Amino acid sequence: MKYTEEHEWLDDADGIVTVGITAHAAEQLGDIVFVELPEVGTEVSKDDEIVVIESVKAASDILAPLDGEIVEVNDAIVEEPGKVNEDPEGDAWFFKIKASDPGQMADYMDEAAYKAFIG
Amino acid sequence: MSDLKRTALHGLHLELGAKMVPFAGWEMPVQYPAGVLKEHLHTRAAAGLFDVSHMGQVILRGTGAAEALERLVPVDVAGLAEGRQRYAMFTNDDGGIIDDLMIANKGDHLLLVVNAARVDVDLAHLRAGLPGVDVEPITGRALIALQGPKAEEALVALNPAAREMRFMDVAEMDLAGATCWVSRSGYTGEDGYEISVPNTMGPRLARALLDNAEVQPVGLGARDSLRLEAGLCLYGADIDETTSPVEAGLAWAIQKVRRAGGAREGGFPGAKRILNELDNGAARKRVGLLPEGRAPMRAHTPLFATEDGAESAGEITSGAFGPSIGRPMSMGYVPVDLSGEGTTVWGEVRGKRMPATIAPLPFHKQSYKR
Repeated sequence: MKYTEEHEWLDDADGIVTVGITAHAAEQLGDIVFVELPEVGTEVSKDDEIVVIESVKAASDILAPLDGEIVEVNDAIVEEPGKVNEDPEGDAWFFKIKASDPGQMADYMDEAAYKAFIG
Repeated sequence: MSDLKRTALHGLHLELGAKMVPFAGWEMPVQYPAGVLKEHLHTRAAAGLFDVSHMGQVILRGTGAAEALERLVPVDVAGLAEGRQRYAMFTNDDGGIIDDLMIANKGDHLLLVVNAARVDVDLAHLRAGLPGVDVEPITGRALIALQGPKAEEALVALNPAAREMRFMDVAEMDLAGATCWVSRSGYTGEDGYEISVPNTMGPRLARALLDNAEVQPVGLGARDSLRLEAGLCLYGADIDETTSPVEAGLAWAIQKVRRAGGAREGGFPGAKRILNELDNGAARKRVGLLPEGRAPMRAHTPLFATEDGAESAGEITSGAFGPSIGRPMSMGYVPVDLSGEGTTVWGEVRGKRMPATIAPLPFHKQSYKR
């Protein structure tokens, strides 16, 4: 498992990387009321704004952590955005991306480094 | 947050695990561990306890204070019965709103409750406008709101006299050993009370109320979604010095006696414009809007008459997700010809135009005990 400074987690299974937000991020955002996900098949570049989240407090973006193609999205969190608060690091993943440059994974933190990052 | 003022309940908030934020110069709880959604729903289902001590409490004393105050507000103050409270607004010479407030007639004085961010402006305005009236800001008292269908039961447990009050009644009563100034009113659309209590006794009263299992602490986050569902204006967002009471849909607060043909017609700042708008209508109007889909349309979202044209249809002034209605909701100003219920306008969110339908206010039915 890898973590970004944008509070995403990345779970790599043979080049298909599942992406969600961390429990810390979900806590900070507060109750999530709206999620907009990219369409399956979209080619994205690292740092593209591809997801919009609205909490009871504000709107935020989630950036593509890697170059690649969106191969699956989690429609359940669009139907029930509150799931993101309930299980952010499990069932409430956001999308799966087929990484075109798996080497980009090396840029990200491991769990210990992320824990230190959020203090 | 060291330069921020703290309310008498600050220690209690920290003990309850509140997330504190700066608000109008105060350090205030925005939410507790339950979170905004649950706090909102709990208030509608049982009772919420809110610290609103940041709001300004001001006493006016002096012979003729009620008549004098009518020079600053377009409402009937002289006719306000003892033991009753009324909603009002300070208007400016352009007919805009300097602040909105509550005025209570407490017999030998008037008690005003004004917005935290406007206290200094209001005090200067009162002192300049009411020579001969003693204007006394009250800094030694906290203000606690208890709101929701179980609020009556919770307060009656401390003093049975609370049951006898009707919506907008005010009374003094002993609660948990403190002499409190109580009004049956609030800012959530629910039945409930606002309780002014000496600072030293505030934590004890709050704890006594929170001992009741039906009462949970609620932060400013849920206070905002509750008031928006109830169709109530937030000063600085939905009303300000550029919006007239008629544009804002607050004509109901201007009694006949102050209108054209009334016994005490006009005589307040901006009367010319406001009386004219009461008779002939305003060019724009505050309305409720229901955005399609689940994305909230927040304050400052520009509105358009069509999906792709340039014609403006005003702006959103408040927007959030409504937990009790289970969908996003907004308020904003639109031109009168687009203000009819069911009219579709388009809000531009993240570069995309999204449809929103003009809807009646409140979004959630008010349940005051009249």
